[in-house]
Amino acid sequence: MDYFAQQLINGLVLGSIYGLIAIGYTMVYGIVGMINFAHGDIFMIGGFIALISFLVLVSFGLTAVPVILLIVLLVSMAITALYGWTIERIAYRPLRHSFRLAPMLSAIGMSFVLTNFSQVSQGARVKPVPPIITGGYTLHEGPAGFAVQLSNIQIVVVLATIVLLALFTWIVSRTRLGRDMRACEQDQTMAALLGVDVDRTISMTFVIGAALAAVAGMMYLLYYGLVDFFMGFVAGIKAFTAAVLGGIGSLPGAMLGGLAIGLIETFWSAYFSVEYKDVAAFSILIVVLIFMPTGLLGRPEVEKV
Amino acid sequence: MSANPVRPSPAPQTSGAAFIFKKALISAGVALVLFSLMIGVRTEAGPQGGLIYWTRFGDLAALVATVFGGSIIVELLRQWWGPVDSERIVPKPVQAAMSFAGRWLAPALLVFAFLIPVIFYNQRYILDLSILVLTYVMLGWGLNVVVGLAGLLDLGYVAFYAVGAYSYALLATNFGLSFWVCLPLAGILAAFWGVLLGFPVLRLRGDYLAIVTLAFGEIIRLVIINWQSLTGGPNGVSGIPRPTLFGIPLDNSDDGLAAKLGIDFSPTHRIIFLFYLILALALVTNWVTIRLRRLPIGRAWEALREDEVACRALGINVTTTKLTAFATGAMFGGFAGAFFATRQGFISPESFTFQESALVLAIVVLGGMGSQLGVALAAVTMIGGFELFRGLDQYRMLFFGMAMVVLMIWRPRGLIGHRAPTVFLERNQAISSDLVKEGHG
Repeated sequence: MDYFAQQLINGLVLGSIYGLIAIGYTMVYGIVGMINFAHGDIFMIGGFIALISFLVLVSFGLTAVPVILLIVLLVSMAITALYGWTIERIAYRPLRHSFRLAPMLSAIGMSFVLTNFSQVSQGARVKPVPPIITGGYTLHEGPAGFAVQLSNIQIVVVLATIVLLALFTWIVSRTRLGRDMRACEQDQTMAALLGVDVDRTISMTFVIGAALAAVAGMMYLLYYGLVDFFMGFVAGIKAFTAAVLGGIGSLPGAMLGGLAIGLIETFWSAYFSVEYKDVAAFSILIVVLIFMPTGLLGRPEVEKV
Repeated sequence: MSANPVRPSPAPQTSGAAFIFKKALISAGVALVLFSLMIGVRTEAGPQGGLIYWTRFGDLAALVATVFGGSIIVELLRQWWGPVDSERIVPKPVQAAMSFAGRWLAPALLVFAFLIPVIFYNQRYILDLSILVLTYVMLGWGLNVVVGLAGLLDLGYVAFYAVGAYSYALLATNFGLSFWVCLPLAGILAAFWGVLLGFPVLRLRGDYLAIVTLAFGEIIRLVIINWQSLTGGPNGVSGIPRPTLFGIPLDNSDDGLAAKLGIDFSPTHRIIFLFYLILALALVTNWVTIRLRRLPIGRAWEALREDEVACRALGINVTTTKLTAFATGAMFGGFAGAFFATRQGFISPESFTFQESALVLAIVVLGGMGSQLGVALAAVTMIGGFELFRGLDQYRMLFFGMAMVVLMIWRPRGLIGHRAPTVFLERNQAISSDLVKEGHG
């Protein structure tokens, strides 16, 4: 039981990270109708920028951990958001009215560019960082010396996710920008006729998605204590799985799907085999798409002739 | 502005130097922020295990300056070219030139391909490169059946390549079966996996189909890596036997081909044999595809690509149509995989990553989706271009990704962007492929 509780905590933390990435997929898919293949690599870039800004800040002599974390968070969100904006501008906007395969291939190309860019600029080796947030609580002392631990970093990850999700839900449901986004999602032409700046709205979608991916990248860095240039690919596919599982286009769905994928992966590793955890996640993607193509919270797609 | 107020001239295409300068300045500013940390600071694990970093502001400045200059050049080029209008119906002279080229280019290429071993007999490098290019031509033609003809977007094609390669490698090393027995078996097994993938994805379309096939490809690769007792895991399978010419080995032994023919043995013989083998396999793929296009099943594929709902309404069995497309494409992938295994003599999961799938898909899309000649030309361009950048080593994939983005923006419809319709009313009019829609699955 203790073991189960511990895995549940680990799974929820991992799921929060997936959920943050999945939001970027689901928003972009909702508005532009394309899979942003480069999104996983945006997450990786976010992790790298957090790492570098952390190093620079520490070498400047800053020691107050909360201040460092706040600055790192803001810097990585800002720069990664600019990556998202630039990629949309360069690789996707010229192809917006092209046939569907073109932006997808362009996105795959962009994903290669980002992966290899960070490999070339930062080297291929894994970058470890010492634990920044330490300490934690023992929730329950088990009989066989096994204790359920809740570390501070896990609390930080989950709290950050909840706060960002709340902020973000507020943006989409209450602000002018959110209204524009929902309008563009339904009908771009009509939205443009009614005075919505479609280009700007789509850009902002990419910017917000990238900023959330940067948060996920930073949380990953804090939680696992390492980044490498190849981590975006698998994390990206899993986050997309999460988005599909939750119903693509739905924000709470993306978060729910992220949690589900995180839990499934953690429990699979804990009770079956670590080697096949990715196989399990991908199999779930296939099974979900076959039996529940609209996901948990998605709307069924109407077939138009 | 125009002197005549009634018919205003189109908006002036050229704008002032100030505009260009401002745009370049913005680009440079964006580049500065983007690269500030990623290029300006280099991190590495230090000797004591902790991270160390050093700055590279010189590189950063050079890169930002490059972006500034590049932005000016791109803007000037854009104004010089003017707006790009896509023409719907290909104009007559272009069409005539195209049909002339189309008539003569393919046979000329074929003759040249047959003559490559004669011309470049002593240049091992060119022969090896040609074999590599032909392997990708074959893979491209195989995937073309699925993506170009049936319109099913497949991002996991490399899975079938892997199935073919491992089928041959395992059958040959464990049971001692010869290449010629294993080749059809590899094709059949790959086709079987194609159907296995096809069944669950029957209801999926477009992007969903793409992501499921991607997941499928990754699952196959992960299983190969982890099922160590069968596949050897990350170490791969080595000692895969070389192909024989109807049982006569091409080696230095007494009953080798060279000894039988009474000529001096040379390792080049085997390379040339492999070259003609893959050429034959690729041509079989091409021939089968061309013939299938004229059969009812090929027509059904193309109809499915254009409109699935209409297909159903006309009574076409969508299930069998999709499954045969997957099976046929997978079978050719399996053949190519078996050839790959026998040529390399060693295979490992590293050869079957998502990058390969993306490369083959890029070849098909660049080839203009459905155009056999276009796929061949695209394979030559991509693999040849990839080889040209071999010296750049780790920058190679970076440039490959950039090339994919640039080519997509420049020619989203591929290098050969038109195609002759399979069925036509009264006269055969080549249409721009803007009019056909693929990828809807």
